[in-house]
Amino acid sequence: MTPVNTFESELAIIGTGLAGMAAAYFSQSLGIRTAQIGVSSSAIYASGYLDLLGVHPVERRQQWTDPFSGIEALVRDAPFHPYARLTRAEIQQALDGFLGFLSGMGLPYERREGVNSFVITPVGTLKPTYAVPESMWAGAVACEKKHPCLIVDFWGLKGFSAIQITQMLSPWPGLRPARIPFPAVGPSVDLYPEQMARSLEIEKNRVRLAEDIRPHLMDAQAVGLPAVLGIYKSAAVRAHLEGLLGVPVFEIPTIPPSLPGFRLKERFETEIARKGVRLFAQKRVLKVETENRKGFVLSVGDQATGEIQDMVRARGVILAGGRFLGMGLRAGRKAIIEPLFGLPVFQPGKRAEWHENDFFNPAGHQINQSGIETDEHFRPLDRSGHPAFENLYAAGSILAHQDWMRQKCGAGLAVATAYAAVRAFMGIKRL
Amino acid sequence: MQTRVLIIGGGATGTGVARDLALRGVECILVDKEDINAGASGANHGLLHSGARYVSRDPEAARECWDENQILKTVAPACIEATGGLFAAVQGDDEGFIADFPGYCEKTGIPCTPVDVQEAREMEPALSERLIAAYAVEDASIDPFKLVLENITEAQSLGCRFLRRMKVVGFEKEKSRIRRVDLENRETGERLAVEVDMVVNASGSWAGQIAALAGASIDLIYSKGTLVITHSRITHRVINRLRRPSDADILVPGGTVSIMGTTSIRMKSLEDIHPTVAEVDRIVEEGAVMIPGLETARYIRAYAGVRPLLGGGGGDDRSASRGFDLVDHAEAGIDNLVTITGGKLTTYRLMAEKTADLVCDRLGISEPCRTRTRPLASHHQTRWTVPGFSPREWFKGHDPEDLLLCECEMVPQSAVDQIIAGFDVFEKKVDLTGIGKRSRIGKGSCQGSFCSVRVAAYLYDRGVASARQGTVDIKTFLNERWKGQRCLLWDSPLIQAELQEAMHCGLFGLELL
Ligand SMILES: Cc1cc2nc3c(=O)[nH]c(=O)nc-3n(C[C@H](O)[C@H](O)[C@H](O)COP(=O)(O)OP(=O)(O)OC[C@H]3O[C@@H](n4cnc5c(N)ncnc54)[C@H](O)[C@@H]3O)c2cc1C
Ligand SMILES: Cc1cc2nc3c(=O)[nH]c(=O)nc-3n(C[C@H](O)[C@H](O)[C@H](O)COP(=O)(O)OP(=O)(O)OC[C@H]3O[C@@H](n4cnc5c(N)ncnc54)[C@H](O)[C@@H]3O)c2cc1C
Repeated sequence: MTPVNTFESELAIIGTGLAGMAAAYFSQSLGIRTAQIGVSSSAIYASGYLDLLGVHPVERRQQWTDPFSGIEALVRDAPFHPYARLTRAEIQQALDGFLGFLSGMGLPYERREGVNSFVITPVGTLKPTYAVPESMWAGAVACEKKHPCLIVDFWGLKGFSAIQITQMLSPWPGLRPARIPFPAVGPSVDLYPEQMARSLEIEKNRVRLAEDIRPHLMDAQAVGLPAVLGIYKSAAVRAHLEGLLGVPVFEIPTIPPSLPGFRLKERFETEIARKGVRLFAQKRVLKVETENRKGFVLSVGDQATGEIQDMVRARGVILAGGRFLGMGLRAGRKAIIEPLFGLPVFQPGKRAEWHENDFFNPAGHQINQSGIETDEHFRPLDRSGHPAFENLYAAGSILAHQDWMRQKCGAGLAVATAYAAVRAFMGIKRL
Repeated sequence: MQTRVLIIGGGATGTGVARDLALRGVECILVDKEDINAGASGANHGLLHSGARYVSRDPEAARECWDENQILKTVAPACIEATGGLFAAVQGDDEGFIADFPGYCEKTGIPCTPVDVQEAREMEPALSERLIAAYAVEDASIDPFKLVLENITEAQSLGCRFLRRMKVVGFEKEKSRIRRVDLENRETGERLAVEVDMVVNASGSWAGQIAALAGASIDLIYSKGTLVITHSRITHRVINRLRRPSDADILVPGGTVSIMGTTSIRMKSLEDIHPTVAEVDRIVEEGAVMIPGLETARYIRAYAGVRPLLGGGGGDDRSASRGFDLVDHAEAGIDNLVTITGGKLTTYRLMAEKTADLVCDRLGISEPCRTRTRPLASHHQTRWTVPGFSPREWFKGHDPEDLLLCECEMVPQSAVDQIIAGFDVFEKKVDLTGIGKRSRIGKGSCQGSFCSVRVAAYLYDRGVASARQGTVDIKTFLNERWKGQRCLLWDSPLIQAELQEAMHCGLFGLELL
């Protein structure tokens, strides 16, 4: 057995989803000695779209153009929603900060201040989102203006049909589909976004691609492609294609696992370590012990083998473990638990109430409102309604009384609550 | 449109009648308001009864089951796994019933051999330590999807037409005859009139509704039963609890899974039949008394079907007859309508034979029934429903351009093409649910989250989906699968369900469509 080292930190962040990433960024930017532990899967942040608030009330399917007015209406109707603990100024600061961080690592975002954009999804629906990767922005613009546009797909990339997308977006005169062969097909004819993106980092493949697209261009003022335009050099890949075609080029997310998530994970891991955060990548916290109510000792290791490889000591912890998919919450046949700290989980009375009979019931499933309840400083509560620990905070989708999937607020909620949790840990006064 | 015989209901009985008539050279059309196996035939236990379950209360039905069990094993071996079965009693079960059981079997002529308790537990280690008695019987498991698909495919090859998603909404009578049947397309609302000589009402639990539409009457009670499928196979044989029929009595293995059930709940209506959490928990807890491993097993799907039980009498639904009823409505003043309902999947062939005999008699046709001896062919198009078929086929070699649309169960584009080709030319739009019924698509570990999107995209590319319909169809398909998942969402299935919702609602916003 290798000896187990102990890493001393001020703040430990559990989770490398969006909430964990944002928390790590805000923490290090305040000069806090930070440790972060989590398993990243690129399925987890799939589209690249950063939602703030799109829909409320969900049962009426009401979509918002101004997300901040939407949030106002939401917290009026749902006073326990995590957004209700945040001011507009805090949310804006959080987003500005995090988008600045993303941009600094080569993943720039576009948005119109205070206005949602309606963006194209892999099945051709439009959904409201707030910030859009620069590589997808021309799509949001073209969609709004209904410019003549060409949507390209590739034989071999399954689950992405330009015909489907154009049919779904109708009426949109001048929107056309085209199917072309992918310039560099490997040994299998099945194409996967990651492999396609790698091959487009090679210049001659881009030239071929542009040649294949050109005959279909005609009056198109923009070209939409599945999100496969490079991984590490994505901006350059797109700029080169735009130069060759003479029109803006934009990406449309594919079904998971999708490139935007992969790009984010790759850059984040290098960048956050460079900024001085001690990242235990692809590791899990297996056990937490508290030290005379002053701090925490985290056992870090491999989930599958259960082997403990590192210890992390921290004065404070931000729990950003996500829900069932992230495994911050766990459901048995009878109840939902939070496995690490044994925190009480707000949940429906019995399993029969977890889910609706109609999967797409616009009201959403009650289980999605379950999660961790906190005080106004995002500290999880114990059974008596007091903070369970002086310095334990929770952020992101693990929080109770929200439904990010239906309200379209996943990334925004993760980033804003992470921001607030870090500042609460530092004792910084609310904005 | 015009035909000699219109058959209503694409379950085992209706498709069985279609094949029987087609083999006698009788022109016919089969219609279903949804698709094949939309009723009890798609929601049963898949047990090819030896008859032993009915020996104490219904020896006649028991005998029919045993006869048909032997016939089907000979003519349809590809649809049957001759697993054998055990009746097993545990401590606390009624000892009087246990003692009487072999006598009942003997009296009915149904094979039944006592098995030493120790030996039984060696044969089936999943059985409880509290086992006190065991008997071996000739039960088997039968794949109702393959069975029904084979019946309809052969009927179609002999000229019978099958119109899916066509609901019978009215009859036009002339004196004491039905002259015309009115059908409504469930999607478009378009009407279609079919002129007929004879009508067969094989609509299972809906038989009363259909009869009423024609001005006749059938008295049925509805008994809902729920079943759960385990992630892996638990026993080699069918295991029956040796007691008077009750909840969670039977575990039927099939391929790589086992099916546990059922419950029996009296229903007032046929609308919105689905399993409930309470039923699932009851099956798991009660089943665990006989098979303790069920308490911690992983489950992949729950579903519910409705048994049409004959005669509105009182008493216990489980003791109602499992025999079938062939009603000639001529006695009530409609000369060319017959209803066939009740019965079992096990006796579907016999039910079809008796019905076709009556129809032919009315039409003055003297061709004999051929299904008793003629093997049920294994057709090319039906093989995609068989678990494990696709991967085997795929690894044997395939056209390099043939992409896998379902990566969990390995179903390629060419399978979808074949399935679409089997739909009646009458259909212009193709639905995912219909493809799902005829293949393993949606049945793998992704539960349809990914393959639904891939197949929908492919249907657009092929030009058989258009406008918003193909995307809306993803919702219909997932909702159909959801009915079977909803009650089983804890541990890893819940994680999968959350991923599905993150994709289809969080990202695609399909709930807003
Ligand atoms: C398919 C899909 C599509 C999406 N599309 C969008 C979209 O279009 N727009 C949008 O805004 N959002 C979208 N999201 C949502 C968003 O990306 C996040 O899932 C959401 O914001 C919640 O983030 P989170 O960080 O709270 O949790 P998660 O992303 O679930 O992250 C939880 C993290 O905690 C870690 N963890 C849990 N337990 C432990 C432990 N014991 N030790 C160490 N680590 C642990 C996990 O490994 C994981 O890294 C999508 C998500 C999915 C899955
Ligand atoms: C829970 C359960 C478990 C069972 N287990 C077993 C078992 O293990 N072994 C066994 O042998 N038997 C079993 N059975 C019984 C067996 O499933 C049924 O007896 C058999 O499937 C009945 O087939 P059917 O074709 O008569 O009816 P169904 O399969 O119900 O078919 C009727 C069809 O009619 C269609 N229809 C209805 N109204 C209309 C309309 N207006 N227009 C057009 N079409 C219409 C429906 O869509 C449906 O597809 C079980 C039944 C249940 C409910």
